[in-house]
Amino acid sequence: MFNRRTLIAAAALGAVAFTAQPGLAQDKSIVVASTTSTQDSGLFEYLLPLFKTKTGITVKVVAQGTGKALDTGARCDADVVFVHAKSQEEKFLAEGHGVKRFPVMYNDFVIVGPSSDPAGIKGKKDVADALKTLKAKGATFFSRGDRSGTHSAELKLWKAVGIDIEKDLASKNLGPWYKSLGQGMGATLNTAAADNGYTLTDRATWIHFKNKQNLVIEVEGDKRLFNQYGVMLVNPAKCPSVKKDLGQAFIDYLVSPAGQKDIAGYKVNGQELFFPNANDHNA
Amino acid sequence: MSMRAPTTDLPILLDEASLVAGSVTILDRVSLSFQPGPPTLLIGPNGSGKTTLLRAAMGLIPLTRGRISWGGRESASSARRAIVFQRPTMLRRSADGNIRYALNAADIPRAQHEARIAELLALVGLDGLAKRPARRLSGGEQQRLALARALARDPAVLFLDEPTASLDPAATKAIEDIVRAVAARGVKVVMSSHDLGQARRLAGDVVLLHRGRLIEHNASPDFFARPKAEETRKFIAGELLV
Amino acid sequence: MTGDGSALHMVLTGNPGLYAIVWLSMVVSMSAVLFAALIGVPFGALIALTRFPGREGAIVVLNALMGLPPVVVGLAVYLALSRSGPLGPLGILFTPQAMIVAQTVLVAPIVAALTWQTVEDLWAEYRDELAAMDVGPAARIATLVWDARFSLVTALLAGFGRAAAEVGAIIIVGGNIDGFTRTMTTAIALETSKGDLPLAVGLGMVLIMIVILINALAWGARRIGERYAG
Repeated sequence: MFNRRTLIAAAALGAVAFTAQPGLAQDKSIVVASTTSTQDSGLFEYLLPLFKTKTGITVKVVAQGTGKALDTGARCDADVVFVHAKSQEEKFLAEGHGVKRFPVMYNDFVIVGPSSDPAGIKGKKDVADALKTLKAKGATFFSRGDRSGTHSAELKLWKAVGIDIEKDLASKNLGPWYKSLGQGMGATLNTAAADNGYTLTDRATWIHFKNKQNLVIEVEGDKRLFNQYGVMLVNPAKCPSVKKDLGQAFIDYLVSPAGQKDIAGYKVNGQELFFPNANDHNA
Repeated sequence: MSMRAPTTDLPILLDEASLVAGSVTILDRVSLSFQPGPPTLLIGPNGSGKTTLLRAAMGLIPLTRGRISWGGRESASSARRAIVFQRPTMLRRSADGNIRYALNAADIPRAQHEARIAELLALVGLDGLAKRPARRLSGGEQQRLALARALARDPAVLFLDEPTASLDPAATKAIEDIVRAVAARGVKVVMSSHDLGQARRLAGDVVLLHRGRLIEHNASPDFFARPKAEETRKFIAGELLV
Repeated sequence: MTGDGSALHMVLTGNPGLYAIVWLSMVVSMSAVLFAALIGVPFGALIALTRFPGREGAIVVLNALMGLPPVVVGLAVYLALSRSGPLGPLGILFTPQAMIVAQTVLVAPIVAALTWQTVEDLWAEYRDELAAMDVGPAARIATLVWDARFSLVTALLAGFGRAAAEVGAIIIVGGNIDGFTRTMTTAIALETSKGDLPLAVGLGMVLIMIVILINALAWGARRIGERYAG
């Protein structure tokens, strides 16, 4: 009995010690809250090793919807927030959760849909008009519906033609053609591909997406499809645990000429996915 | 196993002992004493209260009314008593593991364990089966192992609840031989039985129970030759006591 | 881990990314089962053997906890471990430790409930004998847990199954960080959302094979053990 008990106690202590692993990733690392679409595009797998080689800092990216990423920053669970929803980011700053917003890069959104294009919107130059046509024709449209940057952009575009999606959803005035999924970009694209519907996606995720089936780009190029990324340091005054020097080093890298060049250097199938514009202070 | 010194648990005295469960009277004002000496056999039809009487005398269940004392004391630790139930449960260990468990439970010093286990297994005739998983022993072997387990704590009183009820004659004889050997070493055996022949073979004194009441208690030859109660006469004659 | 090769190819060539993910999955789930056992087995035994005040309430809560969806557990643990939460100062959010905590919360109720059932059944068998041998309460619990160990291994396996299969809890508290908190299930979720379905399916099959292997090992251990202990 004695031997058995000590064995079990030793095993338990060993397990606790092993799983405690103090300091394993504490040194020189930061947590960056970003979005699933940015992660799905593969940008981080390309960029972060470059940053680590330059500075020795390990970046741990927690990818969530934009709303959740900002919430993570507000809760002090991240050091840096890197999303693409300017109005939400400015609100974040106004509430004192962040220090300063730096524009970093942009990519654009496109509307994708079935190659047969039942709603006949392919090639339209005016994205708001295209959306209006989708509604008029009752063509199936999938929305991310998850408070993400993509979702915010989508809602803004509907508003541009006088359609208040959220109000219509709440009062049940919207027909069954509009499906709000509450999911990330990849999952939404999977659903659109499977169900032959239209959806709004960022180009970066689209190029990287492997399950296109018979979806193609229908509408692109309208300036309103512009998707701007901004980066902010979480406010150390509100969050004492923030690693402000390491976090700032990451921000400095992103907006530096070297970092901007690295961003432009990320290509999939020969196409550049993100366009650096840190020097555009209005972005 | 040594000859018992005069034990402190005997005599076991029951004074108007009753046990009522709900609306059922299982023991009805039983006054009885178990004295040191040869085995006492409890006989009677099914449901007469034999098992309950054994358990109460062991100290496992409290009486509803009446008193019980062991060697004059009303609450005595059961360290010097042991019981083997009608269908004994084997612990999920080997045969010797079961005995070792009983030795540990009785706080027997570890140094003595090996010797005692060997001795007990020999006593009950299970010498070759020490390492066999106890649950894989036959019915008779399990009964014998349960006996060895009970004897491990070196009891002064040993209660046995119909130990041969489900055994064939050969296995029954084995158990009876062990009981005689144990009794010869000075252990007081109190045993219930449904087999009159067994009572004749083993008993020093016999107790007849019927519907929870003590009908008769007498030394063995007299009990059979000169029954005093009408129920005793009928029972010995093989009639059903209803 | 890039999506270029198939999962099988990665296994055969010893792709370090894949092995790191498999290793983390095993460490997290097995640690969770260990801690769940340390908590759940004694608690289950206590429910089976004692009548403490509030026992009925504990049973109701236990059954409710078993049915908790992993995402709910993940959310609760996340709120507790967040810097702005009560256990924030521990600083373990988005680390494997947080994942172990979440899965322990998921698995402990199962282990407790199965232990309770097993011990209660064995107690029904052993009760008389242990009473006859005058075995005290602490020794009683130890005896029942030890003698029921093979059934308890099955309980632990059930717990491991729940832990290894879930993604909802660990993706919230771990953050699915590449190289740090990415496990098989969270990697499958990620590759699915990236549209790389072949890779996701491949990873899924690797996961299934590992779980089968573990179950086979446990079954083998049980058979061997039972043969020698009866």
